[in-house]
Amino acid sequence: MITAIAFYLLAAVSVASAFMVIASRNPVHSVMFLILTFFSAAGLFILMGAEFLALLLIMVYVGAVAVLFLFVVMMLEVDFVALKQGFLQYIGLGATVAVVLLTELILVGAAYFAGDGNTATPPNPDESNLEAFGHVLYTDYAFFFEASGFILLVAMIGAIVLTLRERDGVRKQDISKQIARTREDAVEMVDLKSGEGIGS
Amino acid sequence: MMAQSLQFWSDLSPLVWFGLKFAQVLAFVLVLSLMVAVLVLADRKIWAAVQMRRGPNVVGAFGLLQTIADALKFFFKEIIVPSGADKFLFILAPVLTLVMAFLSWGVIPVAPGWVISDINLGVLYVLAISSMGVYGIIIGGWASNSKYPFMGALRSAAQMVSYEVSIGFIILSVIFLVGSMNLTDIVEAQKGGLFNWHMFYLDFKNPINLILFPVMFYMGVLFFVSALAESNRPPFDLPEAESELVAGYQVEYSSTPFLMYFFGEYVNIMLLSAMMTILFLGGWYAPIDIGIQFVPPVFWFILKMAIIFFLFAMVKAIVPRYRYDQLMRLGWKVFLPMSLFAVMFISTWVVFFGEKAVGV
Repeated sequence: MITAIAFYLLAAVSVASAFMVIASRNPVHSVMFLILTFFSAAGLFILMGAEFLALLLIMVYVGAVAVLFLFVVMMLEVDFVALKQGFLQYIGLGATVAVVLLTELILVGAAYFAGDGNTATPPNPDESNLEAFGHVLYTDYAFFFEASGFILLVAMIGAIVLTLRERDGVRKQDISKQIARTREDAVEMVDLKSGEGIGS
Repeated sequence: MMAQSLQFWSDLSPLVWFGLKFAQVLAFVLVLSLMVAVLVLADRKIWAAVQMRRGPNVVGAFGLLQTIADALKFFFKEIIVPSGADKFLFILAPVLTLVMAFLSWGVIPVAPGWVISDINLGVLYVLAISSMGVYGIIIGGWASNSKYPFMGALRSAAQMVSYEVSIGFIILSVIFLVGSMNLTDIVEAQKGGLFNWHMFYLDFKNPINLILFPVMFYMGVLFFVSALAESNRPPFDLPEAESELVAGYQVEYSSTPFLMYFFGEYVNIMLLSAMMTILFLGGWYAPIDIGIQFVPPVFWFILKMAIIFFLFAMVKAIVPRYRYDQLMRLGWKVFLPMSLFAVMFISTWVVFFGEKAVGV
């Protein structure tokens, strides 16, 4: 009963906020609605008993990816009126994508209901979520796991190479040099007579 | 003890269960709020003592009611929303900060069985919720529609995201050592006196375990410093550096919304001290294991939290503020490689010398 209410509430919120992501005029509001969508999706995961995935979704998407989105969107100085002007010229492309997505969803749903409708049973029901993931990821799918890690590494290095820029004449700090500096290098005590400057 | 308490909860009828859980949550919130009031005063008193001042001493005996008076003052002030601000987000941001600060306490065990929800993925839950905490700051800074709050919010968000990475790795090294993400299990693994705590892990019976001590001690120190940065406390209070940014992301906030930010900040500081206590300082266990305990376990937990908070306050009084590029350098070039190395070291140790080691 409570599970059903929770499901319908979370599902309704995630669909509504997903709609508001594209409907709201202010891009920052769009990102906020995107975060709400992620959050509701995480709630749905928890209802399905996949609490590890849910927490990971919140940590990675809400805690890191959406923060970067917000950073970019906040820093941009966009003229929203100009942005809306050529809106309709993308309708063909948008409609194509939408139709493809809808067909795929219908196919997946049909395939699910045409089958016996049973989901796969976990091999060991006593195992916690995390252990089950670990056992599968590091045995059967070890290659795919490492390959995806490697792809991420390449992407990271690529991003660093793209943004790395060497400029001449930039004065950088050398922390170890600063710490190694002694009092004798920096301060000199001079006895001054009154009325005379330090000038030679 | 654990099994008993689980049995107790599963025997209840749903309505009674709901009532008891509600009471438990209420108790946590009330006690935490009271502790915030004490901590704010303690913070100011310690700060004052270091600078040879008296600190607040007028309202109530020894100034004990100063925090209450301050809170009342904020409550009765007018809420001013800047005319160019995004009204909804402007009010939402401090509420979000406060809610996220309290939410993490749902999985923190303060004594055996004294926990609202003892979930298996407790550590992950705390990390997930604390990564949400940055939104309160970043939204607040943007919604104010003003330059200083915006700069403060950007600096704060960058700082919190940077240090969250190394905090994650440090916590990971503890998780590897214990083999569980459940916070109660992590505390249970440290029972039996001071030298079983992760920060002072000296197992003389098994000399190979001694190589863990320097790494874990260092991880404890790193966690403390990262916690300072994560909670935007001095010397890492760049987001609200008074001399550069007035008050950072909360420049435009006044009255109750400001109070919420302030409150959330202190609840977060308490959370980080509690996490430090659980992960490195043996949670509710006494430093000397003499079999019979004369004080309730929660006493030790609070005492350890208080000691860590005292260190927080002392650092605030003593250490000068970092410059922003130095802060980033420390986070990415020192803490991240070190914690990554520790994760590799600990996991290697677990594989070859731990309890479930290969070939043992």
